[in-house]
Amino acid sequence: MSTDAATHHDDAHHDDVPKGFVHRWLFATNHKDIGTMYLVLALVMFFVGGSMAMVIRAELFEPGLQLVQPYFFNELTTLHGLIMIFGAIMPAFVGLANWQIPLMVGAPDMALPRMNNLSFWLLPFAFLLILSTLFMPGGAVAGGWVMYPPLILQTGESLAFTIFAIHLMGISSIMGAINIIATILNLRAPGMDLLKMPLFVWTWLITAFLLIAIMPVLAGAMTMLLTDKYFGTNFFNAAGGGDVLLYEHIFWFFGHPEVYVMILPAFGIISEVIPTFARKPIFGYKPMVYATASIAFLSFIVWAHHMFTVGLPVGAQLFFMYATMLISVPTGVKVFNWVATMWKGSMTFETPMLFAVAFVILFTIGGFSGLMLGLVPADYQYHNSYFVVAHFHYVLVSGAAFGIMTGVYYWLPKWSGHMYSERWGRIHFWLSVISVNVLFFPMHFLGLAGMPRRIPDYNVAFADWNMVSSIGGFVFGASQLIFVGNIIYTVYFAKSKVPARVWDGARGLEWELPSPPPHHSYSTPPEILPGMLAHGDITH
Amino acid sequence: MTKCATRPATAPGAHWLPRTLLALTGMLLSTVALANPEHPTQWQLNLTRGVSPLSHDVWDLHMAVFYVCIGIGVVVYGAMIYAMLKFRKSKGAEAAKFTHNTKIEVIWTIIPVLILIGLAWPATRILVYENNTSNSVLTVKVTGVQWKWAYDYIDYEGQPINNVSFISMLATDSNDARQMDSGISPWSIKSRHGVDDYLLNVNKPLVVPTHTKIQFLITAADVIHGFWVPALGWQADAIPGQIHDAWGELDKPGTYRGQCAQLCGQDHAYMPIVIRALPRAEFRQWLAAQENKSRMQDVSRTAQIVAAPGDAPQG
Ligand code: HEM
Ligand SMILES: [Cu+2]
Ligand SMILES: [Cu+2]
Repeated sequence: MSTDAATHHDDAHHDDVPKGFVHRWLFATNHKDIGTMYLVLALVMFFVGGSMAMVIRAELFEPGLQLVQPYFFNELTTLHGLIMIFGAIMPAFVGLANWQIPLMVGAPDMALPRMNNLSFWLLPFAFLLILSTLFMPGGAVAGGWVMYPPLILQTGESLAFTIFAIHLMGISSIMGAINIIATILNLRAPGMDLLKMPLFVWTWLITAFLLIAIMPVLAGAMTMLLTDKYFGTNFFNAAGGGDVLLYEHIFWFFGHPEVYVMILPAFGIISEVIPTFARKPIFGYKPMVYATASIAFLSFIVWAHHMFTVGLPVGAQLFFMYATMLISVPTGVKVFNWVATMWKGSMTFETPMLFAVAFVILFTIGGFSGLMLGLVPADYQYHNSYFVVAHFHYVLVSGAAFGIMTGVYYWLPKWSGHMYSERWGRIHFWLSVISVNVLFFPMHFLGLAGMPRRIPDYNVAFADWNMVSSIGGFVFGASQLIFVGNIIYTVYFAKSKVPARVWDGARGLEWELPSPPPHHSYSTPPEILPGMLAHGDITH
Repeated sequence: MTKCATRPATAPGAHWLPRTLLALTGMLLSTVALANPEHPTQWQLNLTRGVSPLSHDVWDLHMAVFYVCIGIGVVVYGAMIYAMLKFRKSKGAEAAKFTHNTKIEVIWTIIPVLILIGLAWPATRILVYENNTSNSVLTVKVTGVQWKWAYDYIDYEGQPINNVSFISMLATDSNDARQMDSGISPWSIKSRHGVDDYLLNVNKPLVVPTHTKIQFLITAADVIHGFWVPALGWQADAIPGQIHDAWGELDKPGTYRGQCAQLCGQDHAYMPIVIRALPRAEFRQWLAAQENKSRMQDVSRTAQIVAAPGDAPQG
């Protein structure tokens, strides 16, 4: 970095933005550019995975087989799950981390910019690879996103490509996580103690540790599948002395913390947005940090709640039931703290706040069904039914995805220097929040009535609620076009300029920088003055 | 059965709340009245109570945790809605400055723990009960195979059962109708009693006696399947190389329908489970007839083998 840039660090016009597509994007090392690429990729994948969901809902619109053959249907549910998790939700959070963490801790960039480039650029290839398997002889993987053997070993040659793609995503996630940890632990501005960091930074720090712990476990499970299929090993082959359940244990040891990887950063976003629009500091900052940490810890000892019906010993089932129930305590604390932050605030309801409030309400519904699923005898009825589908879509769509939308509406004016259309933001919100419930709430009923998940066709008794749900699905899908439209409008067409502190109630370092922030921010560490940080001022 | 006594908490002064809850409960109860434990019904909202001591326990637990959720929901959402209506900038609300309150934080950590203990207690009891398969009277082995179920009757009232085994798969009328562009409406597929049994009917159901503790030994031949008949009150994964031991009981004669619950490949949606529960006397007769039939088959098969050595018919 030249001394010239350092002296003019707050002046956008003197930024040396690389010229040309290749230099700016392919060789990108700037955290803002890489963050943008992650977010664009996530949005594209959200629509790719979303179109698959539209086909699924269209097939399920009425009983009988109308559109796709059962095997292709299974390919769609499998790829929908993999793409939404690894392609939409996770990259979106990494994109938000890339943009925001350096701005929020007062760092000039991510700690490891070149690795940052690599961790992004692995992803487009991974997704091209996994999508290309749709066109391979025998079709794509169709065993569900959990890829249980022996079923998954019946896949054709596309299995090897899928596993390779998942390895690429895993490597990308691990590198991203290392980068985030290195940035947070080493590049904070003087005076920003760990317990003064914004909650979004905290939740990402904890999430990054989760990722480093679990992605290698997934890689191990995938590699064992690969050797079972191609190299004659018998890890999961009962006939060869292996154990099918070994896979489930390994997978869910990854899988449960993984679901928290997809929700903790959203908790962080909500914890930034609610105080801003309530104009009141977050209630219980330290309990929020400790609750996040204990959720992360507990998430390693609850994995077998995904396996209650496999026939584990009673003692093991009891252990995992109690641990699962325990996890709802810190989760509850978070919800209570958000409500207490709103209490006696001075609230306004711009689009980010609308999404944040919807997040709290709807995520909690997912928490309720989670509590129900955690009770083993009840789970014997709910497991593998649409009730589970309802549960995880409440926490992942109206939870994680709404959290991301909250973050995008909240920070987009900062990134672009322009205000999004509040009017279309509200329309997007109301359409989404209504349709998401029409889409997912009836799934509770279907599951309780006995409809298994992952089926392309069903008994006529399930027809009505499926039709309702599909209608909700189409409206939800279409509403997301408004989101894209609003983003494009804001970035390319909006005329009005926004001030540095876009929201009058916002606190935190990112709001001290101009909007948009210069290409290289904080070449010299910022001086943190009283009142700048939302949580814990340096002058106590 | 310990009925969990938790009932929805009502916010004081809000008269619409109890009424809404009452209406909601009424709606649920009415669908319970309409719901049929034998098969799903249109617009069904909830589990059915089933017809087994186990399914009754599970139902009670399910409703208890449901009411707990409603109770917590009323408090949390009530507070949120109140806050959103009251503490608005447009209404001139001034933001307070407080950031913690130890007393309330302790309260909202302890109370959930107590509620959870209240739920864990019956859950533990039911789970232990559910996993105790001793003293069963009938034993049936269930094997999931892509994409059908194989049933082997092992013993009944302490006596081994000879050669009563069969394969149960999707009934042909459903199978014809399910093909793409079959031109057959799923609504036209009905049982003799007029039940809509599209995809929920088989060529040969599993026949069991009522009021009998039945032990199911569940396994799979190829990939993982899921044995799920909601009226029994549980499902159990059928896993290759493992025997999953479970028990059930059906206290009312009838035809109970379920499906494979675990994704098992392309025809996962097309391997239903149908259990016919007969009064014990009728079951005895049925069993005797089956044993007889298989004995006759054995005889004729042996005869054929003797007649044409080296040319034994398959299976
Ligand atoms: C209060 C906290 C929660 C509890 C007690 C809980 C409990 C459970 C249980 C017991 C299951 C297994 C259900 C079954 O298959 O029978 C489950 C499934 C699932 N949960 Fe949660 N959950 C909670 C929160 C979350 C969150 C925050 C997420 C993600 C953001 C999540 C995502 C999922 C997913 C994706 C599945 C289904 C996985 C699959 O089978 O494909 N859950 N949850
Ligand atoms: Cu889990
Ligand atoms: Cu099956």
